[in-house]
Amino acid sequence: MSAILSDDFRIRAHQEWSFYDLHRVFERLRPIAEGEFGLDLYPVQLEVISAEQMLDAYSSIGLPLMYRHWSFGKRFAREEALYRQGYASLAYEIVINSNPCLVYVMEDNSLLMQSLVIAHAAFGHNHFFKNNALFRQWTDASAIIPYMEFAKNYIAKCEERHGEEAVERILDAAHALMTHGVDRCPRKKISLSEEEQQERERVMEEQRMLETLWGIPSRKRPPSARAERQRLFGLPEENILYFLEKKAPLLKPWQREILRIVRNIAQYFYPQRQTRLMNEGCATYVHYMLMNRLYEQGAVDEGAMLEFLHAHSSVIAQPGYDHPGFSGINVYALGFGMMRDLARIATTPTAEDRAWFPDIAGSGDPWGVLREAWANHRDESFIRQYLSPEVIRHFRLFSIEDDGESDYVVEAIHDEQGYETLRWRLADHFDLARNEPQIEIVDVDLDGDRCLELEHRVIEGRMLDERNAKLALGHLADLWGYEVRLAEVDAESERVLRRYDAGPRRSRM
Amino acid sequence: MNIIDRRLNPRGKNLPNRQRFIRRAKQQILESVREASSRESLREDGDSRVNIRGDSLEEPQFRLSPRAGTRFHIAPGNKRYVAGDRIPREESGGGGGAGGAGEGGEVESFEFALDRDEFIDLFLEDLELPHLMKKDFQTDDQEKLERAGYQRTGAAANLDLRLTMRLSLARRIALHRPKADEIAALEAELARAEAAGDPAAAEVAARLTRARARFGRIPFLDPLDLRYRRFAFVPKPATSAVMFCLMDVSGSMTAAMKDLAKQFYRLLYLFLKRRYRKVELVFIRHTHVAREVDEETFFHATESGGTIVSTALREMIRIMEERYPVRDWNIYAAQASDGDNMPVDNHQTVALLRDQILPLCQYYAYLEVRQEDDHLAGMSDLWRAYQRLAQDGYPIAMRRVSRRNQIYPVFRQLFSPKSETEATL
Repeated sequence: MSAILSDDFRIRAHQEWSFYDLHRVFERLRPIAEGEFGLDLYPVQLEVISAEQMLDAYSSIGLPLMYRHWSFGKRFAREEALYRQGYASLAYEIVINSNPCLVYVMEDNSLLMQSLVIAHAAFGHNHFFKNNALFRQWTDASAIIPYMEFAKNYIAKCEERHGEEAVERILDAAHALMTHGVDRCPRKKISLSEEEQQERERVMEEQRMLETLWGIPSRKRPPSARAERQRLFGLPEENILYFLEKKAPLLKPWQREILRIVRNIAQYFYPQRQTRLMNEGCATYVHYMLMNRLYEQGAVDEGAMLEFLHAHSSVIAQPGYDHPGFSGINVYALGFGMMRDLARIATTPTAEDRAWFPDIAGSGDPWGVLREAWANHRDESFIRQYLSPEVIRHFRLFSIEDDGESDYVVEAIHDEQGYETLRWRLADHFDLARNEPQIEIVDVDLDGDRCLELEHRVIEGRMLDERNAKLALGHLADLWGYEVRLAEVDAESERVLRRYDAGPRRSRM
Repeated sequence: MNIIDRRLNPRGKNLPNRQRFIRRAKQQILESVREASSRESLREDGDSRVNIRGDSLEEPQFRLSPRAGTRFHIAPGNKRYVAGDRIPREESGGGGGAGGAGEGGEVESFEFALDRDEFIDLFLEDLELPHLMKKDFQTDDQEKLERAGYQRTGAAANLDLRLTMRLSLARRIALHRPKADEIAALEAELARAEAAGDPAAAEVAARLTRARARFGRIPFLDPLDLRYRRFAFVPKPATSAVMFCLMDVSGSMTAAMKDLAKQFYRLLYLFLKRRYRKVELVFIRHTHVAREVDEETFFHATESGGTIVSTALREMIRIMEERYPVRDWNIYAAQASDGDNMPVDNHQTVALLRDQILPLCQYYAYLEVRQEDDHLAGMSDLWRAYQRLAQDGYPIAMRRVSRRNQIYPVFRQLFSPKSETEATL
């Protein structure tokens, strides 16, 4: 260990890495991260991979183990074409929210880049995964790899038993509904005795549900009340995949299990989709601070430091709206900007900061403030709480109104009147709930054709993309096995704006 | 921290996904591949790019329309606007990109590379070689000896020493035959005991006697152990093919016509190459005399003279007899011509084909290339002559082409399994 920590260790510019060097870098960084910055980390497993393997990891949504599906082949083909033609370069690393924390690094990085990657992923992302409330609540880091192994094998077995095409059809349908396969609020946690009680009730309830669903509608029986049906089926339900897995009448057990696998993966990624800005901001800020500390300690020479600054500044580049390279807000740039700003507010606040952030301004503990924010927020709430006028001015943010027809109108810019509006708009921009359609299953027709009814609450006139909706609804009908109807209902006036319906294609499932 | 080097993991982890993707996109890829092949010549090596747009490749999801309703975009880098400014829609970059417009809606299309094998597989999919069996497959001289396991009797030369000794060793171990050095050890022990006058000597002597007896009783090599290599006659499939390319190069053949022929030869070559382990090419060009040439000369050099087809056929027969005995080779021939021939030669040509070439050929393809504006002209003499052969059931296929994009369809027609009956037009 003492050899690893010896003082003569130095990273030089464009130096090749060795396994021993990687260990030394990690051991140099760890006391800084854990001691000085107070980060709390999973053990780290670093895996060195080639470019092809990196492309492969990309195309299977970043998981090292994935079941087989044509869409991953498609993604691979596309990424590969972009990469070969030089339109895109590959990521330096991929990190998996697991315990131990898996970090994939590319073989052709230089030692400096590997150090940057370790600082970024093995410390930054790692801390975020382990401490953020969303991840703690929704994901089980130690279970994901074994679960994916199970999923992969299970689906391979299904392919053997039922044919690749049958499995492909169910996966296609499940993928179409994947974004509607997450629970947005946690299901209640209950004690064991309650659970047993509930299990008994559930079995009986299910029996009653099936009887109701399969019973022959009779003229004598009074039409069932909507409230009664909703209670029976646990409606309204926003997790469509969950509902289908539990209640679709015609699915076979293996098909339900596949829906469950897709749903679990969607749920696993749900926190990541809500925390992209914070996650990258945290990792970028951590790598920036760590590398600077190494430089101060003399473990990075000046040439290597320039290499670092070059890489860092291209990661956090934010082209303006009128720049040809503009492709929306760069979460690395904004995330890093906000983290650095928070640290500044905690140490050297201005009068403006004291007015906006009385709780943290001048607290003198930047890492404490950051850790607190990283633990308790997602992107949307983080921005609503911490976006400062300073950052708004730095990025020269402005918001424009777009009604789809007339001219764009500039609503707010980086001035006194605009700060609050911009903060609000930016938070909305990162709010998944606003950018994904809110669709719920609301009713099942028990007196006629077992039709399933869904509702999309339209907010501010934002309707569904028609073509996609038709196709996705077709998949939904295949899974349900009977007609499905979707109504787009204006959230304020309760007026129905558009209706879709789809029937199952019998041969499909 | 653990470090694991994954670089040596097996490659091609994504292959099953790729195969599923290609199967899924097959229809679009096929169209694209065939279109590509009519546009450019098939390259000898390297990957081929195909561009596909696919309905069957869509992954639909419920998403909000990027156009409906009132939305707010937020963007960085404001230099000139203040609150309340209006930005005309036409102005590009005026925040239009801010919403990430263009998501959803459109059917995606993208380009990717098929490697050569994938390309050829799709390109030549479901084509079949006609008359794949050698006609005289059953004759005796088509058989050869092949190793076929072991037997207990046989000629001394075929004794398999290694297996025999292995069996012998196994038997000796199983029957507890004492080893020579075990006996030597016992002898030494006995000598020591006797010298020391040890009373145990008698017991050691008894053990030694038993061991010697056992050693003598169990032979080192028993007839049971012998194994001989066994050989059996198996029919020998001919896995090599030779393809004769015959072409008229007299003045009436233009460069464009030669190019058509070249396309056809190339397709045939690719096709044969996938079916046989070894494919050789023979190029014969003819005017009123015929000559075997290399590929370059075949396609590019011009020559003047009349046209006598039978000279080329004679040359082909000569080469066949000399280098490609029919019992070892599958013989294919493709002839390209504009249909001209000296009228007196037609009779001879047909006779040569009927009596000497067609009985030995797996397949004979005749491609009549025409000027592009010429397809209404009547049948050539050569065509009429060949047609009679085809009607008599000889393995000859004939087609006329005048444009490049006809080559591939004609080729498919010739080799799709169901078209055999009407392969004679």
